[in-house]
Amino acid sequence: MYGVCIALVPALIASLYFFGLGSAIVLATSVAACVFFEWAITRFILGRKQLTICDGSAILTGLLLGFNLPSNLPIWIIIIGALVAIGIGKMTFGGLGTNPFNPALVGRVFLLISFPVQMTTWPVSGQMGYVDVETAATPLALMKEAIKTGDASLLSNLPSSIDMLIGQTGGSLGEVSALCLLIGCCFMLWRKIITWHIPVSILGTVFVLAGLFHLIDPSYANPLQVILSGGLMLGACFMATDYVTSPMTGKGQIIYGVAIGVLTVLIRDFGSYPEGMSFAILIMNGFTPLINTYVKPKRFGEVKK
Amino acid sequence: MNVILIAVIVLGSIGLVAALILFLAGKKFAVHEDERIGQVQGVLPGANCGGCGFPGCGGFAGACVKAADKGSLEGLLCPVGGQPVMEQVADILGMKAEASAPKVAVVRCNGTCESRPRIAEFDGAQSCRVQQMLGSGETACAFGCLGCGDCVAACQFDVIHMNPETGLPEVDEEKCTACGACSKACPRGIIEIRLKGLKNRRVVVLCNSKDKGAQTRKACSVGCIACQKCVKVCKFEAITVDANLAYIDAEKCKLCRKCEDECPQNAIHAFNFPPRKPKVEALAAEKPAAPATEKPAAPAVEKPAAKEATVPVGSPTGNVEPAKEQEKA
Amino acid sequence: MKTFNIGGVHPAENKLSAASPIKVAAIPKQAVFSMFQHIGAPAVPVVKKGDEVKVGTLLGEAGKGLSVPVFSSVSGKVSKVDAVLDSSGTRRMAVVVDVEGDEWEENIDRSDKLVTMKDLGNITAEEVVNRIKAAGIVGMGGATFPTGVKLMPPPGTKAEAIIVNAVECEPYLTADHRLMLEKPEQILVGVQLIKHAVNCAKAYIGIEMNKPDAIKLLTDLLKEKAAQYPGIEVVPLKVKYPQGGEKQLIDAVIGRQVPAPPALPINVGAIVQNVGTVYAIYEAVTKRKPLIERIITVTGKSVAQPSNFLARIGTPMQQLIDEAGGMPADTGKIIGGGPMMGRALMSLEVPVTKGSSGLLLMTEKESRRGEASPCIRCGKCVSACPMGLEPYLLAAYTRLKDWDGCEKNDVTSCIECGSCAFTCPSNRPLLDNIRVAKQTVMGIIKARHMESITKK
Repeated sequence: MYGVCIALVPALIASLYFFGLGSAIVLATSVAACVFFEWAITRFILGRKQLTICDGSAILTGLLLGFNLPSNLPIWIIIIGALVAIGIGKMTFGGLGTNPFNPALVGRVFLLISFPVQMTTWPVSGQMGYVDVETAATPLALMKEAIKTGDASLLSNLPSSIDMLIGQTGGSLGEVSALCLLIGCCFMLWRKIITWHIPVSILGTVFVLAGLFHLIDPSYANPLQVILSGGLMLGACFMATDYVTSPMTGKGQIIYGVAIGVLTVLIRDFGSYPEGMSFAILIMNGFTPLINTYVKPKRFGEVKK
Repeated sequence: MNVILIAVIVLGSIGLVAALILFLAGKKFAVHEDERIGQVQGVLPGANCGGCGFPGCGGFAGACVKAADKGSLEGLLCPVGGQPVMEQVADILGMKAEASAPKVAVVRCNGTCESRPRIAEFDGAQSCRVQQMLGSGETACAFGCLGCGDCVAACQFDVIHMNPETGLPEVDEEKCTACGACSKACPRGIIEIRLKGLKNRRVVVLCNSKDKGAQTRKACSVGCIACQKCVKVCKFEAITVDANLAYIDAEKCKLCRKCEDECPQNAIHAFNFPPRKPKVEALAAEKPAAPATEKPAAPAVEKPAAKEATVPVGSPTGNVEPAKEQEKA
Repeated sequence: MKTFNIGGVHPAENKLSAASPIKVAAIPKQAVFSMFQHIGAPAVPVVKKGDEVKVGTLLGEAGKGLSVPVFSSVSGKVSKVDAVLDSSGTRRMAVVVDVEGDEWEENIDRSDKLVTMKDLGNITAEEVVNRIKAAGIVGMGGATFPTGVKLMPPPGTKAEAIIVNAVECEPYLTADHRLMLEKPEQILVGVQLIKHAVNCAKAYIGIEMNKPDAIKLLTDLLKEKAAQYPGIEVVPLKVKYPQGGEKQLIDAVIGRQVPAPPALPINVGAIVQNVGTVYAIYEAVTKRKPLIERIITVTGKSVAQPSNFLARIGTPMQQLIDEAGGMPADTGKIIGGGPMMGRALMSLEVPVTKGSSGLLLMTEKESRRGEASPCIRCGKCVSACPMGLEPYLLAAYTRLKDWDGCEKNDVTSCIECGSCAFTCPSNRPLLDNIRVAKQTVMGIIKARHMESITKK
């Protein structure tokens, strides 16, 4: 758990750099609220003597939730999000290891549906303030607009791939700098915290599918920009790879990753929301037990039938 | 108005169709079950503990009905409900209930933390079965309680609990249903389902060690060393020593407590007796009672002590009748 | 670089005693010979209290079925025949001998002279197997399976490859490594004897890459005397645990996978022998020496002189620890065998047995298991399992006592290597639970089998 937190440090620095005070307030609130709710629920509602806040999972949930929020979100909304993430997403099912859905995403999607306005007005990056900041449409919104109107020229308003890689774009705290997320992802791969299966299968699927759409109709954005925009990188490296809610075997993880990729592209291009990553991951979280049941590792000495 | 009407009609017709399907399915797939099974199950405790040897109360009810068709309920007993429930079952099935004596779980190990020094520490999964697989446990006794509480976990009735001071499980006799789950859970077969005895009084060898005397003594200060003193002192041939372990046959034991006095290791314990008077008087007082309870001596069959824990219910009439006699006296 | 295909882990190697030559341990004052030094039926004692025995005297003859005899490794007087605490943690039948002098049975050749195949003349395959059986040799890597039985392939099977297990994948242990460095030619002769016994042309010696000196020595020797030792090949293997597992080694060396039990290695044409066993076979066949001594590593991070001893079987562990510089003050756990598959010992009076490959003294700090926390379903155990099982699932089924579920998920294939528990980030006692399940399911299968026989 702490390994994942360390892997999130580059993205944390990037978000502080791009969003300043707002980012600090949102992240601090989110982490503190998650840890508090975890403590309060284990202590007072479940009545367990052994406290679990030291295992780092609540901190991680808080960080990931914060990364999924815009930097000017009011504190009370963040606290509600943390309560839903920990309370409903995690502790209802018995705490660490037993939750079927990624808690941070449960919190985020709850907020997205409950407070659509606040959740989708993203400040332009490079502003250090918390309230009263300038907001603008994100690359994803532009892409959606282009698909809706069929006007490929709108895509020329997109920031360059380099800007998107580094993070010079609007969006949630943690999703702006794909580069920092990739660094974190490499760190996790190096420390063997995660395996390559999930990130590679998600990114690969999205790239191929988006590329196909782009070739057929240029009003769909080019695949590189699709990959670098929105929460895709964050989702593929940090949210979908969550141990608890992803399949156990390599084969299963690839099935899971490909399905997330397909769902994300479908929701982005044909759904009503500009971003589909959270939904895609949550849907596939629901399928994880099924994948675990039917996709078994190859037994030693098993004869092919 | 129109909208409401349409909704009512649509929902109503869906409901009707669904009801029809359910009705037909109910007719078509109806399973004809002997109704007595349901009736028998109705009087069973419904704990589904499996103490009777059948999968749950339903299984036991089915077995009872089957046995009744064959003409006898012999060998079937709900340990939880005991005699009253079996009488009810017999009533339903038009049979006569077999008499049975109440039983209770007895932990046959008294190796407390003081009497049985710890020579090692077990650091694995906290389960007696795991510990049993890895050697003799935390003490030098390979037969005594391992203290991880597999029996506690097995008990459905919250009757057996670990005593943190002694490190041994303790049975709440009032609540124990003698279902035998703890006995099966114990990898060392320490827990015996034993006759409760008259007035709940029992004399039991609280040891399970089949080691030789010298070894047992090294491992535990209250272990049975198979010195045979109890066998010699017992007038009723109730005590046998097999595989270096004394065993008191609950059916033959007349509760005279002589063996308890004789045991050099204090391995024999008497349960639920009133506090003792000075020794001489106690013996004198018990003397007249002893002949009264005497019954025709059954042929002394030696049973291996290890298997005693699972000995099936014998004919317990001998125990019930003397009780009445004694009460009169 | 060759290795096995599924799972595996890489624990810190800690081969502390790799550079220390084999020392001959002193003859103990009292030696204990357990009758349970092998898999199968126990040996039956043939001596009684007061009997005089010599080195090489038969103490216990092979029991019925799968069994081997036990020989005395010391000379002296039998002081008792009784149950004694052994490395299994329980008291079992053993013969205890009080040592007087060091007298050997006359038929044993005690010289160091190398005996080659040529010297043996035209010894028959049957004679080789008989000598091996008579010497009481068992698999010395730790599994202690009677070697004579392994060298008699059941009808319908044919040995196509002899694989010598010189992998020593357990961390810390170096007994096999030292043996290869010090007795290379003897081992090669031993391999030839096995080839001769089962009439097989090809033999491989599987050695992990962390023993480059042994690989080089044996390869050079084979090159130099190619004519004398034909059909033997050294196969360097990637360092990965549990490569020393019989099935894993076959997969690594000849790329064949043994199917699930009850299939045996011989079903894919392979016979695996530990390198220590090969040496014992050499001594038994050429020198008529029964299995009375073995090499055992005494090691640990705080041990003063981590060493490899040539110890008489029956020597108490305490004596070996004393010879390795005494017991360190911070010892927390003493393990018979390696850290992955070994067992903690209950007492230091436990004797060296035929299967004792090492004695590991862990410090207090190392020996503590971390506190178990909930399973986070990371799947590390699944990817580490060399048998392709799902340890998390088996452990969960065990907790629910769902033995059917365990059986369906192939719990009986488990080789108890401990890779799952080693890799678990939540410190869950996976192997403890799986062992319970394996034992229970094996019991159920056996009962079912018996039932089907009685029905017929």
